[in-house]
Amino acid sequence: MRSRVVSALALVTGFAFLYIPILSMVVFSFNNSRLVTVWDAQNSPTLKWYHALFSNEQILDAAWLSIKIAAMTASIAVVLGTLAGLVLARFGPFRGRTLLSGMTTAPLVMPDVITGLSMLLLFISMEQLIGWPKGRGVLTITIAHVTFAMAYVTVIVQSQLAGFDDSLEEAAMDLGARPAKVFFRITLPLILPAIASGWLLAFTLSWDDLVISQFVAGPGSSTLPMVIFSKMRLGVSPDVNALATILVFIVAMGVVGGSLWMRRLEKQRARESQLAASGL
Amino acid sequence: MSNNRHYPALSARLSSGRLGPLWALLFRIAPPRWSEYVLTHWTGKKLVIAMPWLWLLLFFLVPFLIVFKISFSEARIAMPPYAPLLEWAGNQVVAIKLNFGNYAFLLTDDLYFTSYIYSVRVAAISAFLCLLIGYPMAYAIARATPTWRSVFLLLVILPFWTSFLLRVYAWIGLLKSNGVINNVLMALGVIDAPITMMQTDFAVYIGIVYSYLPFMILPLYANLEKHDLTLVEAAADLGARPLTTFLRVTLPLSLPGIVAGVLLVFIPAVGEYVIPSLLGRADQLMIGRVLADEFFSNRDWPVASAVAIFMLILLVVPIMVFQRIQSRELEARR
Repeated sequence: MRSRVVSALALVTGFAFLYIPILSMVVFSFNNSRLVTVWDAQNSPTLKWYHALFSNEQILDAAWLSIKIAAMTASIAVVLGTLAGLVLARFGPFRGRTLLSGMTTAPLVMPDVITGLSMLLLFISMEQLIGWPKGRGVLTITIAHVTFAMAYVTVIVQSQLAGFDDSLEEAAMDLGARPAKVFFRITLPLILPAIASGWLLAFTLSWDDLVISQFVAGPGSSTLPMVIFSKMRLGVSPDVNALATILVFIVAMGVVGGSLWMRRLEKQRARESQLAASGL
Repeated sequence: MSNNRHYPALSARLSSGRLGPLWALLFRIAPPRWSEYVLTHWTGKKLVIAMPWLWLLLFFLVPFLIVFKISFSEARIAMPPYAPLLEWAGNQVVAIKLNFGNYAFLLTDDLYFTSYIYSVRVAAISAFLCLLIGYPMAYAIARATPTWRSVFLLLVILPFWTSFLLRVYAWIGLLKSNGVINNVLMALGVIDAPITMMQTDFAVYIGIVYSYLPFMILPLYANLEKHDLTLVEAAADLGARPLTTFLRVTLPLSLPGIVAGVLLVFIPAVGEYVIPSLLGRADQLMIGRVLADEFFSNRDWPVASAVAIFMLILLVVPIMVFQRIQSRELEARR
């Protein structure tokens, strides 16, 4: 009984710690006062910071650029990360395996300043040597983001694959399916949820990244975090609150919707395997 | 094609195509050993391995070698702002200029050493605070009913999906002298004058703990959820009190989760740059900030590279421990 109280207490304080800052940000986005933290009770709530946000070309352009980079990053990272996860989980020992597994876990913890610096120096050396990539911008940001985002996808896919035994794949092989067919007909559908969450995670990581982008971006390729960061250094401003509120809302909708969809997928699969087991 | 006796099938196939004469010419000039080997020996499997492997080699490993190289070169005012290591000294002599000056500079100037120690201390304390808050939460989530479990996990992950920068921004609004916390405390009459919380160590701890808490909870939860609860029951049956059971059974079993979570917070926190520059002290910089300043403000790329190498030397052991735990975790599930 006492342990239940302790558990509840831990959860309540923990979630309060996690959510009170976000809530305060949402509340103050409707505040009339320019002082972000002083509530102007007479003229609030107001939507004026939302108006200000949607007429701020700089922020809108940066947001659009960030979305494009994040979508490209996520799509490439999912392909490479799925391959790496598949290789690590299913291909058994091969030369270079330890190196590959090291190169897929180290980016998970590598401090951003080191990754950013080393990426930039690589791009500059490559430009000197082979003339590609020309200058820095969307391309270099995307390459840098793919490199650290694919590590996360790899871990997700690898752990999902480790959860399944390979008897289904073996059976398909025994029945004469070629490796590519086994992958597309058996393995891929099994790890589809992992790939979907890997894509979303890669998208968020890219969308969220400030430090690495700052190193590898060129003039005219300011992503949203870069614009927000330079605004924040000049002092807090309420239209950032409005932006945060919109993002929190979109993310909350997306995550809740996504998890409901996942649950339905899981239920459907459970029903199918039940039917298969009963021999129908 | 006579000089190509090793791969008769391949050369026959290539020379029968539309580009046959071209291939024949190429084969005669220089037998393309490498490409032949690739074409005849590489199967789909090797191609699948090669794609992520080569990507990471080029964009993750090679950059570190370049950083290492540049840390030995001399700064100069040009683009790029460092001198090449290899230089033609005339008469077909290549001069290698290894410059240890950057490292000597790091050792002589106090700024680097103190910010180094300071970063490690901040990261260690933050990781410990994360563990203190995260462990009870992970434990409670792992012991909840399945439905609640997924709800709680969702609630842990949700803030992580919203922008990291905006979550730090939220704390500025709370911690400022005229911020929400001070206003509330003054309205309640707890304090008379606002407490200074911004630009202190406290604010940096808050920022790091807040941003990295999911990284602590998730590996801990993954570990705690797998525990065999009959062990706990057995301990209770044998007369152990709940606290003893926890200390003697659950805690030792969760050690890999604890180490993984602590490293997942500690290692990136050492190099943290955004949180200390927004919330932290101006008189004591963290090493990540020093690196960025060296790079962006002073434009001294060689010294910035030397700082990065120093950081890596410190972090290499924790990174390898993390990698060991991570791969053991992934192998064990099979």
